[in-house]
Amino acid sequence: MATKTYAGINVDVTEEGYLTNPGQWSKEIAIEIAREEGINLTDKHFQVIEYLRDQYSKGTALTIRGVGKSGIVDVKGLYELFPGGPLKKSTRIAGIPKPTSCV
Amino acid sequence: MAEKIEHPVKKVAIIVAKGSIEDVYAGLIMANGAVMEGIECKLFFTFFGLDAITKKRQNKLKTATVGNPAMRMPGGLPFPTLLGILPGVEAGVSAMMKKQMLALDVPPVSEFLDMIVAGGGELYACKIAFDMFKLKREDLDDRVIDVITVGKFYELAAGEGSQIIFT
Repeated sequence: MATKTYAGINVDVTEEGYLTNPGQWSKEIAIEIAREEGINLTDKHFQVIEYLRDQYSKGTALTIRGVGKSGIVDVKGLYELFPGGPLKKSTRIAGIPKPTSCV
Repeated sequence: MAEKIEHPVKKVAIIVAKGSIEDVYAGLIMANGAVMEGIECKLFFTFFGLDAITKKRQNKLKTATVGNPAMRMPGGLPFPTLLGILPGVEAGVSAMMKKQMLALDVPPVSEFLDMIVAGGGELYACKIAFDMFKLKREDLDDRVIDVITVGKFYELAAGEGSQIIFT
């Protein structure tokens, strides 16, 4: 396990850069992780991120289909928000573990 | 110490040549997984795999209940081939396969193609199989980009870090 500093706060991260404790997450941290991924967060991004954090806290397995049916954004929109990794980038920015689902 | 050189897969060309539920889904899951990872993806449907992009057939795929030695009853007991020939058994098994996949958020074929295309994946039909099955362009799913030759397929598959996968 490693430690990284985002927004002046030390957080524990996995080798792939995912926060190991979602409780350490904040919007400021999200903005900095997103910058590393080359993404400028908008309100829409935050709606997706909040949805993911909420689903994660309920123990729901996260899939792009699930996000696509959330009413926040469709699958195409999700790809546009997080190009090149709709689920792996969004979950990393949301401060939750990388999903283990294949879909 | 030698530096570790990484050779990531950048592009996949996936050939779907068979038309049973599990054969088609194997290709679609690989394709969807690729676009989710930011890997460029082209799907090439040939022979019975064309069913997956044929409007009338794509959501009515079946799993073979005859000649499938890996088939098991719920609970794990062997599935006798003679049972597989009874009317309705193939339909029942196929419905169950689809239900169980949906429970894992693997959608019906048509919706799955939506997801793959939304991620930038491209769908192509094989010319020779298309001609052999006497299909017409309007029989195919609207998201199919083109009916192409094998030569064109190889051209599309070309590139550094590109892989061709036959399912």
